[in-house]
Amino acid sequence: MLKIKNLKATINEKLILKGLDLDIKPGEVHAIMGPNGSGKSTLANVLSGKNGYELEGEISFKGMDLNDLKIEERAQKGIFLAFQYPLEIPGVNTNNFLRTSLNSVRKARGEKELDTLSFLKLIKEKAKELNIDEKFLSRQLNVGFSGGEKKKNEILQMKLLEPKLSILDETDSGLDIDALRIVADGVNSYKNKENAFLIITHYQRLLDYIKPDFIHVLSAGKIIKTGNADLGEQLEKTGYANLS
Amino acid sequence: MKNQDLNINKEYKYGFTTDIESIRAPKGLNEDTIKFISNIKKEPKWMLEWRLKAFNRLQSLKEPNWQKPKYPKINYQDLYYYSAPKSASEKPKSLDEIDPKILETYKKLGIPLVEQQRLNGIAVDAVFDSVSVATTFKDELTKKGIIFCSISEAIQKHPDLVKKYLGSVIPLSDHYFATLNSAVFTDGSFVYIPPNTRCPMELSTYFRINASETGQFERTLIIADKGSYVSYLEGCTAPMRDENQLHAANVELIALDDAEIKYSTVQNWYPGDKNGVGGIFNFVTKRGACRGKNSKISWTQVETGSAITWKYPSCILQGDNSVGEFYSIAITNNYQKADTGTKMIHLGKNTKSKIISKGISAGNADNTYRGLVDINKKATNSRNYTQCDSLLMGNKCGAHTVPYIKNKNSTSTIEHEATTTKINEEQLYYCNQRGLDQEEAVSLIVNGFCKEVLQQLPMEFAVEAQKLVAISLEGSVG
Repeated sequence: MLKIKNLKATINEKLILKGLDLDIKPGEVHAIMGPNGSGKSTLANVLSGKNGYELEGEISFKGMDLNDLKIEERAQKGIFLAFQYPLEIPGVNTNNFLRTSLNSVRKARGEKELDTLSFLKLIKEKAKELNIDEKFLSRQLNVGFSGGEKKKNEILQMKLLEPKLSILDETDSGLDIDALRIVADGVNSYKNKENAFLIITHYQRLLDYIKPDFIHVLSAGKIIKTGNADLGEQLEKTGYANLS
Repeated sequence: MKNQDLNINKEYKYGFTTDIESIRAPKGLNEDTIKFISNIKKEPKWMLEWRLKAFNRLQSLKEPNWQKPKYPKINYQDLYYYSAPKSASEKPKSLDEIDPKILETYKKLGIPLVEQQRLNGIAVDAVFDSVSVATTFKDELTKKGIIFCSISEAIQKHPDLVKKYLGSVIPLSDHYFATLNSAVFTDGSFVYIPPNTRCPMELSTYFRINASETGQFERTLIIADKGSYVSYLEGCTAPMRDENQLHAANVELIALDDAEIKYSTVQNWYPGDKNGVGGIFNFVTKRGACRGKNSKISWTQVETGSAITWKYPSCILQGDNSVGEFYSIAITNNYQKADTGTKMIHLGKNTKSKIISKGISAGNADNTYRGLVDINKKATNSRNYTQCDSLLMGNKCGAHTVPYIKNKNSTSTIEHEATTTKINEEQLYYCNQRGLDQEEAVSLIVNGFCKEVLQQLPMEFAVEAQKLVAISLEGSVG
């Protein structure tokens, strides 16, 4: 589904990713771990198409060259990024945002846009699955939300938009144990043979709830070690310093 | 190919002209022109005298020049002051008699004048260049004693009301453009709501400038008698022309005891092209008097058009406990300029005013909020709350806030809040990542920014205004 070959990314004349390879197949859960500044968030940004990076190397998604696609086109084709810091948009009703977003994606997929009523029915179902209070949907997007609410909102959007590849950028940071469980349940309930996940995290904590098929250790812009779920526990004990 | 399609949509949608034979006054500003206008409208003598008095007064006035947007000198002798479709020289008695070309024009503008196609129960007065061509739903309103007609008709049929109130809020000698309007005004709407009557539908006037080299000088007078309520909407468009056209309107509102007037404007005059060529000079005087106790006047404006917008819809809060409100969205793109705001003059006790202004600048445009809050010595226990927010898109545009605040007694309070923000790249990225393209994203964020004002508009207008906000800013981020 996602193939990355020798990816280099530079921002403000600083080389961040220094030749990264990654291959993700449908149904797989990959975790990327690594110390601060190793390039984890850069990888998430580059995959989503964020502006400002100079890129070298190849990234293909379902056979398409990602470099040819704009941010919104990538989103429409099934790449979803759960933000580390979801943005607040004052004055914009959460429901309205979610519906606009869903309809953009549906339109791109050649599906019929949802009218307000069918949308509300759908979103209420999804919110219930994630234990999200309906009232929260009529508030301004992320404005005054707690850290946990923002992250839950990201997972809600993921489940609503039904992406093929979901990238979670430190979704676990700042979450208490209950919120963490809800986020993890959200991901697990969306896991199937067709969808893939790329989970970026500092800590093993989240991986106790979402079992990855692969763990990659990113250090100084390169993947220096790949292993199975056990690697996470090992890292928890020994830290990143002893790898390399 | 896709891009090209988009570009076509970005053009000013209402820029077409209607090819129609018209009657014009000879060019130039002089007594003969004024007599021509008064004569063709079959006005009574007092009206002509009133106009001439204004014209005399005009001779001693100079155009103001303290505003921020400067404009090329206007040659007042090179303008037409009256232009009317020939077919409307005798005002049509019914909608069937209106020139089909004019009906077609309004249909293109999305304003069906044919009553069968009820526009959500909104009564419309349509002003084409210098004359009112149609007023819908008249019978239904008459039953309640409500007068809704063109000002020309009101001068003939309701002279007592016109004499009593015309110029009572904007005096003849107020300032250059207001006085010019008093001398040469051609048409506009007149509304009278009798005591204890709630107007059962939205009243609306739709202004269209069609003829070239023509100034439009509309005059609107709205009186809400004791305990009455009316909501009035105004919309405007003009064809695309390379020359600048002058629009200098006067709008006067009078609210008596316990009466309320809600006045909403969606102004979409032709803004000029991308390089700032052409467009309307929108120099308008709008003023409301809360004359009675417990009265209320609320202005809501969405200003997206015009090359230059220069206006301050104001409230004079004379009655005790009266309330004035001003909600404004001013959007300037390309080379558009706006200098707009309000004046809240507190004279009565316990008077309250609220100002919410949202200025949005893009391209090379310049946007100024200018406002006055003046709380008089006798206006004890009065309050004002002002909030001015500016949103900048790009690096070449400007936003300015010029609040004048005078509080002459110790029991009143004034609050002022102002913010200036740039449209946030991260917010756009977030929206893009959720599948919204750049323009959808901008539209969403800007509409969010304007929400407090948009929600003041009547439902049918709010939807239209939201689209307009998006269209006005198309192509401004990239």
